[in-house]
Amino acid sequence: MANAVKDERVQKTSPITTLLRRPEFGALMGALAIFLLFSSVDTTGNFGQPGGIAGWTDIAAPIGIVAVFVALLMIGGEFDLSTGVMVGTTGLLTGVLVTELGLDLWTSIFLVLLFAAGVGLLNGWLVVTTGLPSFIVTLATFFVLRGANLAVTKQFTGTVRVSLTEETANYDQAAALLASKIEFAGASFQISILWWIFFTILATWILTRTKFGNWIFASGGDANAARNAGVPVIRTKIILFVMTSMAAAFVGIMFVLRLKGMQAGQGVGVEFFYIIAAAVGGTLLTGGMGSAIGASLGAVIMGMAYIGIPYALWDSDWTFTFLGLILFTAVLINTFVGKRAMKGRKK
Amino acid sequence: MTVALELKNVTKQFGSVIAMTEVSMEVTSGSVTCVLGDNGAGKSTLIKTLSGVHKPTAGEFLMDGQPVDFDSPREAIAKGIATVYQDLATIPMMSVWRNFFLGNEITIGWGPFRMLNIKKMKALSKQQLLEMGIDLRDTDQPIGTLSGGERQAVAIARAVYFGAKVLILDEPTSALGVRQSGIVLKYVLSAKERGVAVVFITHNPHHAFLVGDRFYLLNRGKMINEFQRKNVKLDELTMAMAGGAELEALTHEISQVKGK
Repeated sequence: MANAVKDERVQKTSPITTLLRRPEFGALMGALAIFLLFSSVDTTGNFGQPGGIAGWTDIAAPIGIVAVFVALLMIGGEFDLSTGVMVGTTGLLTGVLVTELGLDLWTSIFLVLLFAAGVGLLNGWLVVTTGLPSFIVTLATFFVLRGANLAVTKQFTGTVRVSLTEETANYDQAAALLASKIEFAGASFQISILWWIFFTILATWILTRTKFGNWIFASGGDANAARNAGVPVIRTKIILFVMTSMAAAFVGIMFVLRLKGMQAGQGVGVEFFYIIAAAVGGTLLTGGMGSAIGASLGAVIMGMAYIGIPYALWDSDWTFTFLGLILFTAVLINTFVGKRAMKGRKK
Repeated sequence: MTVALELKNVTKQFGSVIAMTEVSMEVTSGSVTCVLGDNGAGKSTLIKTLSGVHKPTAGEFLMDGQPVDFDSPREAIAKGIATVYQDLATIPMMSVWRNFFLGNEITIGWGPFRMLNIKKMKALSKQQLLEMGIDLRDTDQPIGTLSGGERQAVAIARAVYFGAKVLILDEPTSALGVRQSGIVLKYVLSAKERGVAVVFITHNPHHAFLVGDRFYLLNRGKMINEFQRKNVKLDELTMAMAGGAELEALTHEISQVKGK
């Protein structure tokens, strides 16, 4: 009976093909290439040293924390364009709750996370009930929050900035946990890097080792087939929106503690950084495939570009252009290599 | 042999449109019941009624002799009625084992640390597929790399493994070539051998005749004919598929002759 199927098995898969098939492979190669590039054009001699690494991982960490969850959401077949502005909103809200309303810092942080979960829930609920593309729904959320950030901030402070002072009760505790520095190998690294590593591992574990992760792949891969197999697609998607929104809030809280305040315009435009990181990391824009580690590597690439360009004494006005080219090249290579590897496996 | 499913004079109306009129059929365990019909004959409505998507407007729907009333496909699945849809059975980019256990994942550990038992699922899916006669080298490969027939076969094996008593196959061979159809038909038979009541919905009398034990002919929402395996021949079955269908088959044959 097996005869008909047996001839599909002629070729053994080489370990290289297996490696090429991994979605984060392209991002890993990209990160290595970018590292070598900036190391070779570096004029400070510092890029590959602890001091330089502390610099570009500091840029990468806040991008990476949100990007891994954006990647999960995208694998689940949805977009969230409100993540960037959410960083601003939650930072501002923390500041307003503490400074203007006099709430305890820990209570404020808790309420802000709850608020973010609520916005994520609303995003998800609107997407699944209206059937509108999440691109549109979250674009609307983005603009609603963007306006609210400015209006509410001005309402409370009369300026476009909310500040948070070190005198705030419990500031030391919260800052130690979320906005301190760690001396390591003669350089000071931001604690956000540890959180970034933690969230990358957490997201990878969720995605590849849990039932929920299986449902994420299924919901994004083919929502209908997933539903037929008994996967709660709607619940899966809503939870993903909530997680993404809360990750953005986490970064917002980190920023307001570190910067001891927040501008009303903070975070606007950053949502694309997360999407770029996820896409560079091998996440399919149509869903169903991707990796959290890949998104983190995408964040590393961005961090390296941000630090590497001034280190090379290039005109840093071109940073965005550089990132645009990286995005295009990486996704092109991912698609090409991925397709080749898939075919290589078939016969 | 026991009757697993029975429809008695089931009618389904959508507003003023009558999609099915007083359809009666019996599906027995360990046999293949074929429902033949042309496009628009009411096959989809019948499938959706059997799988719990639609509720009958009138008539009786019995499972194991007891009347049932499904509010959703999930309820039908829980009762052991599994439906394998033509294109919506598997998720191409996911591995074979992930597809096999999708929605029925095996986990180990407790509470927030509960995780997939990947080793067990890989081994089990490989073994279960082998028992159905599907011999895969690697259950880690994306299911999209398998052929259409093999994908249908995996979906059938999955339904059988998760205890389907009734297996509804929606046009499983319609998009497949001859050899691929052959693969699927073999798995239809192995499901039958395992005691499953198979409902095979098709517009291809040739395929139906190869595996069927009982044949129902559906036309314009009505059961127009019923045959038992032992007293029907293939050409009778083909002829019986109503005038239009007969003509279509003829045209098909003529065009083939002309084409070659």
